[in-house]
Amino acid sequence: MTKQFANTGLMLNEPLLWEKGGKGKSAFSMPNQDVEQAFIDKDITGEGPNFPELSEIDIARHYTRLSTWNFGVDTGMYPLGSCTMKYNPKINEKLAALSGWSANPLIAEELNQGALEIMYRLADFLKEITGMDAVSLQPAAGAHGELAGMLICHAYFKSKNSIRKKIIIPDTAHGTNPASAALCGFKPVAVKSGQNGTLSAETVAAVMDEDTAGIMITNPNTLGLFEENIKDIAEIVHSKGGLVYCDGANMNAIMGIAAPGEIGIDVIQLNLHKTFSTPHGGGGPGSGPICVNKKLEPFLPVPRIIKQDNKYIISEDFPQSIGRLHTFFGNFGVMLKAYCYIMSMGDKYLEKASKLAVLNANYIKTSLKEVLELPYDRLCMHECVFSDKKLEQYKVTTLDLAKRLMEYGYHPPTIYFPLIVHGAIMIEPTETESKEEIDNFIEAIKSIVCEAKENPQLLLDAPKICKTRRLDETKAARKPILTEGYRL
Amino acid sequence: MKEINELNIEDNLLYAEDHEWVKQEGENAVIGISDYAQDRLGDLVFVELPEIGSVFDKGDEFGSIESVKAVSDLYMPIGGEIIEINESLADTPENVNNSPYEKGWMIKIKIMDSAQLKSLMDKDTYIKQLEG
Amino acid sequence: MRYLPHSEDDIREMLEKIGAESIEELFCSVPKECIRKKPFKIAEPLTEWELESHIKNLSQKTASSDEYKVFAGAGSYEHYIPATASYLLSRSEFVTAYTPYQPEISQGTLQGIFEYQTLTAQLLGMEISNASLYDGSSALAEALLMAVRITGRKKVALSSAIHPGHRMVAKTYLKPANIEIIEMPYLKNGLTDISSASDSESFAAIAVQSPNFFGCIEDLKKIKESIKDTKTLFIVSFTEPLAYGLYKNPGTCGADIACGEGQSLGIPQSFGGPGLGMFAANKKYMRSIPGRLVGQTNDIDGKRGFVLTLSTREQHIRREKATSNICTNASLCALGASIYMASLGKRNFKKLARLNYDKTEYLKKTLKKEGVKIRFEAPGFNEFIADFGKEFSAKYNELKSKKIIAGIPIKQFYPELDGSYLLCVTETKTKEDLDILSKEITS
Repeated sequence: MTKQFANTGLMLNEPLLWEKGGKGKSAFSMPNQDVEQAFIDKDITGEGPNFPELSEIDIARHYTRLSTWNFGVDTGMYPLGSCTMKYNPKINEKLAALSGWSANPLIAEELNQGALEIMYRLADFLKEITGMDAVSLQPAAGAHGELAGMLICHAYFKSKNSIRKKIIIPDTAHGTNPASAALCGFKPVAVKSGQNGTLSAETVAAVMDEDTAGIMITNPNTLGLFEENIKDIAEIVHSKGGLVYCDGANMNAIMGIAAPGEIGIDVIQLNLHKTFSTPHGGGGPGSGPICVNKKLEPFLPVPRIIKQDNKYIISEDFPQSIGRLHTFFGNFGVMLKAYCYIMSMGDKYLEKASKLAVLNANYIKTSLKEVLELPYDRLCMHECVFSDKKLEQYKVTTLDLAKRLMEYGYHPPTIYFPLIVHGAIMIEPTETESKEEIDNFIEAIKSIVCEAKENPQLLLDAPKICKTRRLDETKAARKPILTEGYRL
Repeated sequence: MKEINELNIEDNLLYAEDHEWVKQEGENAVIGISDYAQDRLGDLVFVELPEIGSVFDKGDEFGSIESVKAVSDLYMPIGGEIIEINESLADTPENVNNSPYEKGWMIKIKIMDSAQLKSLMDKDTYIKQLEG
Repeated sequence: MRYLPHSEDDIREMLEKIGAESIEELFCSVPKECIRKKPFKIAEPLTEWELESHIKNLSQKTASSDEYKVFAGAGSYEHYIPATASYLLSRSEFVTAYTPYQPEISQGTLQGIFEYQTLTAQLLGMEISNASLYDGSSALAEALLMAVRITGRKKVALSSAIHPGHRMVAKTYLKPANIEIIEMPYLKNGLTDISSASDSESFAAIAVQSPNFFGCIEDLKKIKESIKDTKTLFIVSFTEPLAYGLYKNPGTCGADIACGEGQSLGIPQSFGGPGLGMFAANKKYMRSIPGRLVGQTNDIDGKRGFVLTLSTREQHIRREKATSNICTNASLCALGASIYMASLGKRNFKKLARLNYDKTEYLKKTLKKEGVKIRFEAPGFNEFIADFGKEFSAKYNELKSKKIIAGIPIKQFYPELDGSYLLCVTETKTKEDLDILSKEITS
C-alpha cells in the first residue's frame, strides 16, 4: 500500500485583509515626530489610500494561515518539469538577509566593494560553467535574459548594417522564446523536431537563410533530450551569418558535462532560480544572467563591473552596448544566493548534482513507463515526458491525474507542455530528491493509474482535501474580478 | 466533447473549412461559428470582434475567440464590409456555446462578391468533412 | 554533500533498475564532440561555516545603513521595515513555491497576490493592477509598449525628470521596435516642460514621474488636461509610492497607466534588487495589460478561491503575439509590499508619508538658513536637489570617511547640474541626524 502523505489536517479559514481588523488598529511602530509639521499646499494633497487597519497579531495570523494553503519545495516533492524545483539551502537565505546588504546601489563604488566583488566573481563562475566569454547579471528573470539575448542579436546585426527579420524556433520551445524574439522584431519560423524528439541538421538547413537572424534552441530541450546535432546546427546557422541562442533553462542537466561555449552557442541565458538553487518565491524574483562569446561581448548591457588594480569598478564605457535592462545592477539578492550555492558546491558537487539529476529522471522514466505512455523511449537528461495515451481509455485526463496526485502529497508535474506531446506529463525530480522520496512518488502515480481503471471518480473528484476544490476558471475569465473595490 | 451525430449542424446555412457558418440575407450575410467549433473550443470567455466599417477579404482574420487556455483566430468565410457586430457577446460570450446559430452570431457583412458563396459547403458536405 | 541525498547504495540500486552500469552511461546521448573539453574548475566546496564567514566579511564592505548615515534615495529608499514583514515573508511555503499553476495548493500565494492587486489599485487610485513586474524600469518600458499597442502610434514622450535608470531601460526596450522617444526637458522649478509634446495627437503616450527624480511633485492634472481630448495615454510613474500617502495619487489626476518601483514599501534595499515593478491601469485596458493577473472565483462547492486568469494574453498561449514576454512576477516582493501596506493601515500610511515630508522640509529649511541653495522650488516629498557647488566634492569625500553620505552627486545623470546633490530624508533619520548633517555640510 502506498504511503499517502496528504491528510485532512487542521486548515484554518482566513478572510481577505479588509474583511478583518477595524478602524484605528495598526501593526506599525510609528517613529516619533521630532520636527515640527511643515506647511503644505492643501490643493495638491490627497486622501491617502484606504488601507485596512489591523493589529500585529492580525497580520501575523493572516499570513501564517495563508502560508499553510501553499505547497513549496520544503513541503514535498515538486517535480515541475523545466522549472528545476530543487531544494533551496537555508544558509543562503540567512546570508542574503545580512544587514550589510541594505545599501544604496548608487553610492560610490569604493564603498560597496563587497557587493561588487560578489557580482564579479559570480559572473566568473558562470563563465566557467558555460564556457562562454562574458556575462551580464542584469536580467531579472529567465525571460528577461532571453530578451537581453535577442536584443544583443539585434544589435549585432545592426552593427553590421544588416536587418534580419526571422528567427528559427523549434516546436518544443517555451512560449517566452517567440515572445522575446517578437519584441526585437524577429518573426518566429517554427521547425519540427524529428521522430526521436530532437532537431535534425537538415531541418534547420532547409529554413536557414540570410534573412534569418539564427536559431533559439533549448538544450537540453523540453522533452528532456540533449540536442545531439547541436554542433552541426550551429555550423549551418553560422555559415549563413546567423547566431545561435541557447535557452539555458535546463542547464541543471549538463554542469561539468558539456559547455555551451564549446558547442557553437553564441549566447545563452541561465536561470539562477533553477540551476543555482535560489528560491522561486511563488513566481519570483528570479535572475536570468546572459552569457555570450567574444563576438557578442561588446553588446552586453551596461553598466558592467570590471576589475582594475584589485578594485571593482562600474563601467558604462561600452559604446556598442544594448543599454540598460535594470534600474540598477539586477537582482543582487538573488545573485548572492546563487554565489553562496556555487561556493558551497564547488565544481565537484555541481557536476555531481547534474549527474544525480539525470539519474533521478531516468529512474522515474524507467519505473513509470510500465504504467504511462512514454512517447520518446530513450535515455533522458534531467526530465522525462509522458503522454496521456494510456489514461484516455479510462476517460480521465492528465489534469485529473495531476489533481489526484495532490491528495497523495505531491505537487503535480508540469502538464500539457511541451505542446507536441498529447496531454503531456513532464517530470523533473532534480538531484535533491532522495531515492526514498522518488520511490514513494512512483508508487503514488502507479496507484493513481490503478484508480483510474478501477474507480476513476476518485480522480475526477480530486482534490477534496486541499484548501479549495477545483476552481471555476471560466467564471474567473468571463467576468474578471482582479481587485475588490472595497470602500469605507 | 460531442460525437459527430450529436452535433447540431443547421440545414439552411453554408459552412467554411474553418468552421464558420454563413447565412445569406439578400446582399448581406450573417456569420458565426458552428456547433462543432464551439464544442471543440470549450467554454468561451471572450470574443474579439472588428470595428463596424472595416473591410475584409475572404480568408482574412476578422477577430478571435478565447477559451480559458486557448485563443483561436476567426477567418472571413467570404469577403465583405462589417455592417453590424453582436455587441451582446462582450458580456455574454457563453451565447456562442449555448446558441451558436442564434444568439451567438458574430458579424453581419455586406457581401463583396456573392460568387464566393459557391466555395462554401452545405450541411451534408460539411458533415462529411467533419467525419473525414 | 548535504544537499545531495543519495547514498552509494541508492545510486547502485537506481542504476540497476535503469539497466545502466554507471551514471556516465546515462549521458551517452550527449555526443562525444559535445562533451566538455576544458577541465571544470571552480573552487573547493566551502563548509557552511566557511561560507558564512566569507559572506559576512564581504557584507561589511558596503555602505550599509547599519554603519553609515545615508541621505540618499534616487530610487532605492531606506525605510523602517516591521519585523513581521521579514519574518512572515521568510515562511518557506511562500519562499519555496513557484508560480501558482495548481491553484488548489497555492491559495496562499494567490490570495496574497489578489490582496496585493487590490491594495496597489487603492494606493495608485486605479481600477486594476497586475500581479507585479520585475522592477520600476521594466514596468515603465512595458507601459510604453502597451500604449504603442493600444494606439498604434510609434512615438512616445518621456519626461527627462524620470529616473535616469528607468529612462535608459525604456530606451533599450523600445529601440529595436523603432519607437521614437522624445525627451521633454525640465523647467526652472524642477517640473516637466510638456510643450515639446504639444502635438500630442501623434504620441502613443506621455510619461512623467511624480515625485520626479528631483523629488518634485508634477502638476499631473494640468498635464492630463492638455491631452484629455486625444487618444494619447497618460502614464504616471514613480519610485517613491509612499508619497501617495500625502499627495493625490495618479488615478485621481487622470492617469491611464500608473507604474513604478515599489521597493520603498517594505522591501529591503538589497543593493538595488530585487525590487517590485508595480503596474496598474484602468479597466478598459484589462486585456492589454502585461504580466500575470490573479482573479477571484469559486470552486465547485461554491467556496471562494483565486486563480491566475486572462492567461490568453500571455506568452505561453499567445506566444509571439503575447502582450509581453514576461513569464513570472516579483511575487515574494509583492507579498512583502502587501504585508507592509496592511501593517501601516490607512492612518499610519498617511502619517508616515507626512513625517517623511516634515523631516525633509526641516532639512531644507535648515540648509537654506545656512545659505545653501535649494535648486527647485516646486513642492516635494522626501527628496530634493541642493546646490552645494563644484568645490563640494572634497567635503563630500571627507563626510564619506565620517560615514555620512551627503546625497548623490547628480552630474553623472545631468551634466548641467554640476555641484548639485540629490538628498533624501526618510523616517529613519532623527532631528539630531539632520542637524549634524547640515552642520557638517556648512562648516
